[in-house]
Amino acid sequence: MEIRIGGFGGQGIIRTGLILATASCVYGDKNAIQTASYGPESRGGRCRSEVIISDEDIDFPKVEHPDILVAMSEEAYLQYVDDLKENGILIVDPDLVPNQRENLEVRMYEVPATKIAEGLGKKIVANVVMIGAFAAITNLLGVEDLKESIRRNVPKAFMKLNLTAFEKGYEYGKSLLKS
Amino acid sequence: MTVHREVLTGKHLMQGDVACAEGAIAAGCRFFAGYPITPATEIAERMARRMIEVDGMFVQMEDELASMAAIIGASWAGAKAMTATSGPGFSLMQENIGLAVMTETPCVVVNIMRGAPSTGQPTEGAQQDVMQSKWGSHGDYEIIALAPASVQEMFDLTIECFNFAETYRAPTFLLADGFTGHLWERVVIPPPEEIKTVERKKPVVPPDKYLPFKPDEDLVPPMACFGEGYSVHVTGLTHDELGYPKTTDPKIQRELVNRLCQKIRKNSDRIIRTYEFMLEDAEVAVVAYGIPSRSSLSAVKMARKAGIKAGLLRLITVWPFPEKKVEELSNNVKAIVVPEMNCGQVVREVERVAKETPVHFLSKIGGEPHSPSEIFEVIRRAAKT
Repeated sequence: MEIRIGGFGGQGIIRTGLILATASCVYGDKNAIQTASYGPESRGGRCRSEVIISDEDIDFPKVEHPDILVAMSEEAYLQYVDDLKENGILIVDPDLVPNQRENLEVRMYEVPATKIAEGLGKKIVANVVMIGAFAAITNLLGVEDLKESIRRNVPKAFMKLNLTAFEKGYEYGKSLLKS
Repeated sequence: MTVHREVLTGKHLMQGDVACAEGAIAAGCRFFAGYPITPATEIAERMARRMIEVDGMFVQMEDELASMAAIIGASWAGAKAMTATSGPGFSLMQENIGLAVMTETPCVVVNIMRGAPSTGQPTEGAQQDVMQSKWGSHGDYEIIALAPASVQEMFDLTIECFNFAETYRAPTFLLADGFTGHLWERVVIPPPEEIKTVERKKPVVPPDKYLPFKPDEDLVPPMACFGEGYSVHVTGLTHDELGYPKTTDPKIQRELVNRLCQKIRKNSDRIIRTYEFMLEDAEVAVVAYGIPSRSSLSAVKMARKAGIKAGLLRLITVWPFPEKKVEELSNNVKAIVVPEMNCGQVVREVERVAKETPVHFLSKIGGEPHSPSEIFEVIRRAAKT
């Protein structure tokens, strides 16, 4: 399963990939790889994280045509949406991607992760809201494995906030599946 | 109180650079001197935090010339020592790498290769420093360089580098592409008792009988470090067995420089590591190292599915070059394919030993490794010729 997450520096895009990969290969029993690409600037620049999850050994570690695309900026959306496999899963933060394309052959889910995170008082946990929604929509990783992974990957002082963000995202994702 | 462990036994998702630092610590490295540079900075960062936890020493130096000098000094003081850099820093280290060769100083130099020449592409991976590793410092010498292709190997081969450095008293290189250095992947770190480490040979004679540069049968002299009660003179000038400069005696220069080369060449069977995949009946063989070897593995599997008898020889040891292995291979296949993230370096060595067998070179620079389909296309063409 190949996943690409795109956004800009400072959103926790790379951390998101690491949380998914840790959940898969440290707490879960799958193999996982995370690669990232970013410019020299630490905030605001283009940023991309790719995760491959597999039951087998992973030979080639790069994603060419993702099964799942998470777009957290319009630039990432426009750049990567055509790479997505046919009938792949596209998860978009609609407030960050106001201008979306029509008639895409994909399964589309809109998750207002940034707005939900703002509601929790910290915009910075939008990526963890997205992980929650991702978990519900894809059913790819164990919820407990993901929570363990979040505990390992975020600072102690913000653990509770991040776990709440995960729950909120998970609930939102579940509600999308019902509708 | 937190108990700091020297070996982080267990299962981790780790970055290649970090796994390299942990491998060094597990091998017994207790001195790191370096100057941060992308994409090797994470090694220095990790060492800065970890050295203090394991009673080691971390020094951020003023530059890479000094970094190399510092690890030579630390090694002579008895420590296992390492530095880590990328292309621009590796260039600055060359002079003192020669000093480490000439003074037979065990030490490990990590080069996480990025796009070059000059400052090139800091955040993009490449394999452009392979020939520089062999020939970068002036004069004739042999070098040991290992090329990891996974995060697990960033850990395992860093340990191997220390073991070779200690065994052969030579600077040893971990030559990784920036892609592997920045890759995050699962690493399994074994318990300390399962990690094989090697310590340098010590003199067995009393100080008045000790000749610091008189080799044993394996061509490696036992090494007394400073403070151990032996008198040692260390110089980059051509020296006799006592270590004193003898710069105009042709016999001494001949014997010394030949021995520095021969101690690696004669032991190359012990140093060379390769990985073979489906070579038994292969008609087309891919010879690759580092990250392109993983694209190659996928490409070979694609070729097999398409009915082409392809196989892979992955070079884990790049220097000394596994020439016997490649020569044997060239006698058994119709063609060889060499993908590299440079404009053609190891391919020259392959061509040198493959003689009549056609060698197809596939260059890729810019940062992205070869895709499996790009290599597959060349295998397919090579199979037809």
